[in-house]
Amino acid sequence: MSPQEQILPHGRILRYTFRERLVHWIAGFSYVYLLLTGLAFWSPWLFWLALWLGGGQVSRMLHPWVGLLFFIAVAQMYGMWASQMGFTDTDRAWFGSVRHYIRNEDDKMPPAGRYNAGQKLLFWGFFICGTLLLLSGIVLWFPEYIPWSLRWLRYISVIVHASSALLTIGLFLIHVYMGVFAERGAFGSVIRGDVSLDFARRYHPGWYNEIASSSSPRK
Amino acid sequence: MSQATLRVQKISGHAGSVPGESTQREYTVCKLIDTTTCIGCKACEVACTEWNDLPFGETIFNNTYQTMPETRWNYWNLILFNEHEREDGTLMWLMRKNQCMHCSDPGCLDACPADGAIVQYTNGIVDFQQDKCIGCGYCITGCPFNIPKFNHETKRVYKCTLCADRVSEGLEPACIKACPTGCLHFGSKDDMRELANRRANQLRDHSNFPDAGVYDPPGVGGTGVIYVLHDAKHPEIYGGLPSNPHVPWTVKLWKGPLKWLGNLAMVGGLVGLFVHYLRYGPKAREEEDLVPKKGEQP
Repeated sequence: MSPQEQILPHGRILRYTFRERLVHWIAGFSYVYLLLTGLAFWSPWLFWLALWLGGGQVSRMLHPWVGLLFFIAVAQMYGMWASQMGFTDTDRAWFGSVRHYIRNEDDKMPPAGRYNAGQKLLFWGFFICGTLLLLSGIVLWFPEYIPWSLRWLRYISVIVHASSALLTIGLFLIHVYMGVFAERGAFGSVIRGDVSLDFARRYHPGWYNEIASSSSPRK
Repeated sequence: MSQATLRVQKISGHAGSVPGESTQREYTVCKLIDTTTCIGCKACEVACTEWNDLPFGETIFNNTYQTMPETRWNYWNLILFNEHEREDGTLMWLMRKNQCMHCSDPGCLDACPADGAIVQYTNGIVDFQQDKCIGCGYCITGCPFNIPKFNHETKRVYKCTLCADRVSEGLEPACIKACPTGCLHFGSKDDMRELANRRANQLRDHSNFPDAGVYDPPGVGGTGVIYVLHDAKHPEIYGGLPSNPHVPWTVKLWKGPLKWLGNLAMVGGLVGLFVHYLRYGPKAREEEDLVPKKGEQP
């Protein structure tokens, strides 16, 4: 719990600081650009995306630079959140009853902390895949400098880059769905930074109790 | 390189049909290189550079005839000189003219994501269209022969065109025209295979090369450039000619099963999330409805 995480007036809790929100949206916007240009290179049926974004040459030139920006944001997230992302026994129990979560039976879920087990999985998925994408991406950025004797680096990179990108797409789809459509209040929390007490109690009871016990509500 | 008047049977990064597929009774062309009669004069190199009007680059000198280690974006035809020690201790000088092999199943074309940047004409020539190239270099990864070369100024990739511009006008490639020993031949694939086999038989029967043979690797569907080798069992000794070239399996996996699996997963994921929303909806309708208000408790 960071010192800013206080119960604010009007029954709201600060969930994401300015820095957390800024880093999230740098990652978010750069990811969307990487997704669109990456899909253009992935399938001939989507190559029009590259033309729409300024042409194939421009997309090829910018994709690696935006990728660097994305990775910087991911590294920042690691610095900010990694310590909160360790899996606990509650998280393991959470995975065990994930079917209730899917059916919106949140009252049957083990009490999640600031992040539930699914969010932790998202974090580690993006961190690991982001690292793999960076490493393979550097090889794909400069394939002409890889000597013939090290060509296996290129062979590994094409498959690692595509596979880890696909995994992030799965995580991304679920993340956007949860944040925008399924959990009302989540999207606002990463824009304005705060959530209602009800939101905290319902989705992150462990986190709520932690804050409530150390902070006197001012109504 | 050229916009030759040839019909196209394969297009890189292309969605939909291909205009030239089986529309013409064109035969597959082929270049035959008889390494056993090559004298390493480099006339083919000069003819290639001249015809294609390529700017010359710096060469190196390390006390061998090899003034360039490998082909370059502006040097598509390079003879590789190899001193080979035979089992009886005698030396043999192997010279192999290296260039694009014009594979029937080109790995460069498989790997290319840019629509129309690499085409295969109905006569079998694999040609790069630099105006459509996006400079990603995937062709470099797809090629089992280390042929496509990147130009840092134009950010495009270049290689031998098999003189598609000349061939489309009924001429032989420039290298063939320049060869003084007749070790280079050009014609239909069938004719060149026959000629190559005849030469290989001659080498086996009359010239004491029992392992002589023709190099036309099936791993890439055969090539539009075939070699007669003194020792077809060890093509590696000819400057690293791969004995069983294949498009890298990771490229095949990436452009084959992974693509379909990935597409299915992405579309399935979108449909799944939409259906989930229809079935279960949001976790709470409004932020205020998250938990019942105290007064509303029954």
